[in-house]
Amino acid sequence: MDVFLDPANRQAYLDGFLMVLKLTGASALLALVLGMLLAACRVSPVPVLRALGAGWVHLFRNTPLTLIILFCFFGLYSAVGVEFSEDLHVNNYWLAVTGLSAYTAAFVCEAIRSGINTVPVGQAEAARALGLSFSQNLRLIILPQAMRSVVAPLGSVLIALTKNVTIAGVIGVAEASSAMKGLIESNGDQTIAIFAVFALTFVALLVPVGYGFSALANRLVVRR
Amino acid sequence: MRIKRLAAIAAVAVLALGAAACGSDSDTPSTPSGESPLVAKAKAGQLKFGVKADQPGLGLQAGSAYEGFDIEIAKIIAKGLGGDAAKNTYVTTVSANREPFIQTGQVDIVVATYTINDDRKKKVNFAGPYFTAGQDLLVPTASTITGPEGLDGKKVCSVTGSTPAKRIKEKYPKVQLQEFDAYSKCIEALNTGTVDAVTTDDIILAGYAAQSQYAGKFKLVGKPFSSEPYGIGLKLEDKAGCTKINDILKASVTDGSYKAAWDATLGKSGTPAPTLDVSKLTNCPA
Amino acid sequence: MSASVLYDHPGPRARTRNRVLSVVFGLLLLAGLYGIYRAFDSTEQWTWQKWQPFFETVTVNGQTANFWTDYALPGLLATLQAAAIAMLLALAFGLVFSVARLSEHRWIRVPAGVVVEFFRAVPVLLMIFFLSYGGFWVFGTLIPPFWSVVIGLTLYNGSVLAEAFRAGIRAVPKGQSEAAYSLGLTKGQVMRMILIPQAARSMLPVIVSQLVVVLKDTALGFIISYPELMLEGSSKSSAVFANPVPTFMVLALIYIVINATLTLIAHLLERRANRLGVTNTATKATAATTAASGLGGGALGA
Repeated sequence: MDVFLDPANRQAYLDGFLMVLKLTGASALLALVLGMLLAACRVSPVPVLRALGAGWVHLFRNTPLTLIILFCFFGLYSAVGVEFSEDLHVNNYWLAVTGLSAYTAAFVCEAIRSGINTVPVGQAEAARALGLSFSQNLRLIILPQAMRSVVAPLGSVLIALTKNVTIAGVIGVAEASSAMKGLIESNGDQTIAIFAVFALTFVALLVPVGYGFSALANRLVVRR
Repeated sequence: MRIKRLAAIAAVAVLALGAAACGSDSDTPSTPSGESPLVAKAKAGQLKFGVKADQPGLGLQAGSAYEGFDIEIAKIIAKGLGGDAAKNTYVTTVSANREPFIQTGQVDIVVATYTINDDRKKKVNFAGPYFTAGQDLLVPTASTITGPEGLDGKKVCSVTGSTPAKRIKEKYPKVQLQEFDAYSKCIEALNTGTVDAVTTDDIILAGYAAQSQYAGKFKLVGKPFSSEPYGIGLKLEDKAGCTKINDILKASVTDGSYKAAWDATLGKSGTPAPTLDVSKLTNCPA
Repeated sequence: MSASVLYDHPGPRARTRNRVLSVVFGLLLLAGLYGIYRAFDSTEQWTWQKWQPFFETVTVNGQTANFWTDYALPGLLATLQAAAIAMLLALAFGLVFSVARLSEHRWIRVPAGVVVEFFRAVPVLLMIFFLSYGGFWVFGTLIPPFWSVVIGLTLYNGSVLAEAFRAGIRAVPKGQSEAAYSLGLTKGQVMRMILIPQAARSMLPVIVSQLVVVLKDTALGFIISYPELMLEGSSKSSAVFANPVPTFMVLALIYIVINATLTLIAHLLERRANRLGVTNTATKATAATTAASGLGGGALGA
């Protein structure tokens, strides 16, 4: 464990996990918003929007995240010229967030869509009978009910996202896996201790989130 | 203290494994002080070399074969150890995993633009140097950058965990350092103008600049700001192997195979073969 | 609930509106795609020089190289090998640990639960890296890159499958096991002959969708230089051909085709299972419980 006695190493560890939290936070928010929009697209009456939603989901769900994040750098930034900041590290952070959000949104979309499927048909029919339009129906009747049964799957998505942010290291974002790699490279003989600390930090972060979401889901669940 | 003990345990374990593996076909199961285990491996055609796979001119995997100056050096070593160079196995290594690959025996010898330095000397043994490079900058042809002093605020790309990347971080903290796992990604970033310069050893950069796809697009600044003696990495405790490899290198200068290796690879661009200063070879501490 | 329940059957006005919206959004979409095309065009991503390697053998620096036979196909083979073996091992791991977690003995149930929770919480990338670099210190022998990838994927996906199987087994109606016990079957027999076979059929779609995760996650092998499709393409092939952006596009296409096929198979299996009347409830319960149990169920890997 002496590797963590060195303040520089401790700082690398803390910075790594701070970056994990920052990436997760921003990506989770963006993916949630984007995922909801995509879900709305997928159930909308406009065929083009349905195709857009389906296309997005199939494109991103079937591609390795590593490839997506690399593409954000070389495609979006290098080739297309999307630049979030003059500062390289800030820019890479947002490029990683873009890739993570686009990827995660596909899973959020599918989770919400399956949530919509759990709302009884009668709810939507009643809403239509009252003369509500598609967007009113979705906004006021279906989504609020769907979100309750979506809490648990969204928790899973959040947990997967937290682990997936470690892939941001491929474009040079200094997150936890890069920090661990760096520490192991210069302290090879303490590999086990270093891995144990990083792995257990993930366990400590994620197991409570998992149980928290399960508990929340059980409280919110609509008993039918 | 702990490091040493663990390393010793590891070494014993590796030796035990190695002995177990080749004990059946060898009548000398242990090689206490005389011969390096590399010789037996070379004779059995089992040498595994760690090389780079993405560095034109030095170590590049083109098709299914590896080519470059490092590969030629590996062939010279295999022959010198009494083996058949055609039986060499090449394993792709990246800058960050060379020491672990040697320590854990995933490769026997590393010839992969591997700079000799004090940190690494604690973990692996170095023969060589067989070439001395210097850290330089590769920039677009029209660039006005003339050296590392002009890099403040500029975006510079290098490989995660490499010596050049660490030097930039320490000596030029105002540089914005982009890190990737491979130089090929840095070169592409330079090609699209995403970064202002790529930094690593001049010899590596020259290899990229000479690639036909990038012809005329890049130039080498030509002011090396470090000295990078390329060593041949092997297990820390294998002093005999290290001495043997140094002898092989000396012989390669006299019999002309060193120059031939250069001419067949990096020398193609017209650069004359460097002189290998045999007086500077390491003394193989173990 | 199908989408059409959300809105009335479109009348003439709604149809016109939908058509107008279709055209508007269609044009926006096309404009977006054209914008992307132009942006790539401005940095010369569509030049023949960059795309030629995907269609024919090219000569680079006096050496001939072919994208498919030299890089993509060997890489794809390595990807498929690792994925196939990891999936088989993950199934075995999942089966053992799901049964272990359902055990009546605390000393089996609790450790099994800890193992499963641990491996579901640790990122696969960290696991693979550790196995490759740290395997030596733990086991005294080094783990080759192939096995680091396979074991890393097995531990994670096996744990996810363990949770899915557990939910599947629990979803088999209680009457089944009660009837079996009353016939005098032992615990092992009930599990082996009654519960697992019934759960297994409802599990097929989950298993196939997990296969997609395994396949995508082999791409994480790049971190330890396992020569799979991603590494062969992104680092090696594009270094030779100097065309990363086109290469990424082609690689993405390869992954999408394979994974979309697998997903399609999953859907067909699901439909078949439904048609055969294999308790749909079990499948649903599995999905719900996997999700509810928190950590990374479903096709959520990297």
